[in-house]
Amino acid sequence: MEKNSPQSHQGHKEIPKHEIQNEYPILIVGIGNTYRSDDAVGLCVAQHLKRQTFDCVNVIEESGDGAALMDSWKDSDAIILMDAVHSGAQPGTIHRFDVHTQTIPTKFFHYSTHAFGVAEAIELARALKQLPQNLIVYGIEGKSFEAGIGLSLEVEKAVEEVMMRVKQDILNCSPRKYTEYH
Amino acid sequence: MKSRTIKVDYLARVEGEGALYVKIKDNTVVDIKFKIFEPPRFFEAFLRGRNYTEAPDITARICGICPIAYQMSSVHAMEDAFGVKIDGQLRALRRLIYCGEWIESHVLHVYMLHAPDFLGYPDAIQMAKDHPDIVQRGLQLKKAGNDLVALLGGREIHPINVRVGGFYKVPTRQELASMSEKLKWARDAALETVRWTATLHFPDFEQDYEFVALRHPEEYPFNEGRLVSNKGLDISVHDYDNHFIEEHVQHSNALHSVHKGRGSYFVGPLARYNLNFDKLSPLAQETARSVGLSHVCRNPFQSIIIRSVEVLYACDEALRIIEQYEKPDKPALEIQPRVSTGYGCTEAPRGILYHRYRIDDEGVILDAKIVPPTSQNQKTIENDLWQFIPQHIKLPNDQLTLQCEQAIRNYDPCISCATHFLKLKIERE
Repeated sequence: MEKNSPQSHQGHKEIPKHEIQNEYPILIVGIGNTYRSDDAVGLCVAQHLKRQTFDCVNVIEESGDGAALMDSWKDSDAIILMDAVHSGAQPGTIHRFDVHTQTIPTKFFHYSTHAFGVAEAIELARALKQLPQNLIVYGIEGKSFEAGIGLSLEVEKAVEEVMMRVKQDILNCSPRKYTEYH
Repeated sequence: MKSRTIKVDYLARVEGEGALYVKIKDNTVVDIKFKIFEPPRFFEAFLRGRNYTEAPDITARICGICPIAYQMSSVHAMEDAFGVKIDGQLRALRRLIYCGEWIESHVLHVYMLHAPDFLGYPDAIQMAKDHPDIVQRGLQLKKAGNDLVALLGGREIHPINVRVGGFYKVPTRQELASMSEKLKWARDAALETVRWTATLHFPDFEQDYEFVALRHPEEYPFNEGRLVSNKGLDISVHDYDNHFIEEHVQHSNALHSVHKGRGSYFVGPLARYNLNFDKLSPLAQETARSVGLSHVCRNPFQSIIIRSVEVLYACDEALRIIEQYEKPDKPALEIQPRVSTGYGCTEAPRGILYHRYRIDDEGVILDAKIVPPTSQNQKTIENDLWQFIPQHIKLPNDQLTLQCEQAIRNYDPCISCATHFLKLKIERE
């Protein structure tokens, strides 16, 4: 697991370009619940990314149903997931996992409303030998998961950093340029 | 005197979080505090001042597993308030989308959450290593339910196609027919699921429960019917508040739903089955009998078989509806708001889900009350534990903890709409 270091993206493993085959090979999935305070951060990043059009990327939002997640990534070469986590680190900390080299600690993602959520989906896919070729998971440390709307300040601050890092992941795995619309 | 404490930070495989505290003294249970659920007060407050049209989409966000149930209870409550009755194919489509939700919710619980308990695995991931074909069947069966909900409800994060008065858009006959082959496979897989779950080992455990469910004269209940019980209750949904109340439990700071003058009651698949066996499809009835079930089942551990029977029924019913479907002329009826109070109660996968709304003449929500099924089962779960733990009291704490988790999971408690972490603590003196 890599934690964020604000000024650098050291430790990023590039998604190999030669494995990209589909027209929309990269799937970005924001996961969370809008009405559970910081649990919405994955959705928030996805919504920002949706406003920017990448010519090889599909951005979707999911509630965190693990079985639906496993199904959603079947047709993509590279998947980037973003979800809120609770591991005891400072709120706003960004955890990045390369699923092929790291096991996902299930307790990180248990603030999700699904007991069979992100971590279970990934580990079940691993057990069934159904992991996608490339799977990166961003876990953003939440502060509050109470019923309510809006991110806490620390988590809000992490949103831009996660976006930058996801965009870097996209560039790393795609030779094509992306276009931003504001 | 020797004392020992074990803490489990999270009750794995229960939706959301909650807390169980057990105190044992000289091999006798002296205290149980169970708090797995808090009512959705945030949403009740959030709904006040909103237009009635927003209720289905807002309440759908309360639960990630059963958004359709929240939508169905809210639209039926609103239509009750405005004196509108949905009939014909629109009514059938509502049953159909509910079939999808039952399939996905029940299959998730049967395969991914409850079966590992019976087979001695800590989770579905470990189970998948030894039984990949069974887990694959579960995933594919669940997907049939997800696809049905997505087809009717939309493919966004939450279903968005349900509205007061009907739907925003209704499918063509051809679109629905595209699900038939998948559902026929699902029906076969559900049949296998009933046979498979019936082979599991079940502890001998029964209580004198009061089962409460909807009952409709012509069909297994989803959206309509009277509230009935095996102890003589037979009321209109309008009378819910006169018979059921939420009591504050001082010791645990929890709210327990009780049947006035009687106490705890039991909602969910077991209650539905026991009160409506005769309304299951012939295939579902015949399959239940073939695996040794009678028309009544009082062992909550066997709820895993009953859920499987309901999945079979849902597949069967979905195929029947699709077969008879004709696209309605309009996707929704006209709605004219009026000053009124509306009541809705539908059968969520986990049991009856009650909504009540008070509306003004412009359709603004003045007051909302929502009682989810887990809230209603909470006291029954605690009662079960009072009976269950003494039978297993000599087990080491870690094994006793697992047994308690399994007993709680009998109710498929959905607390995603409620509190966070379930912390489980067993204290011995």
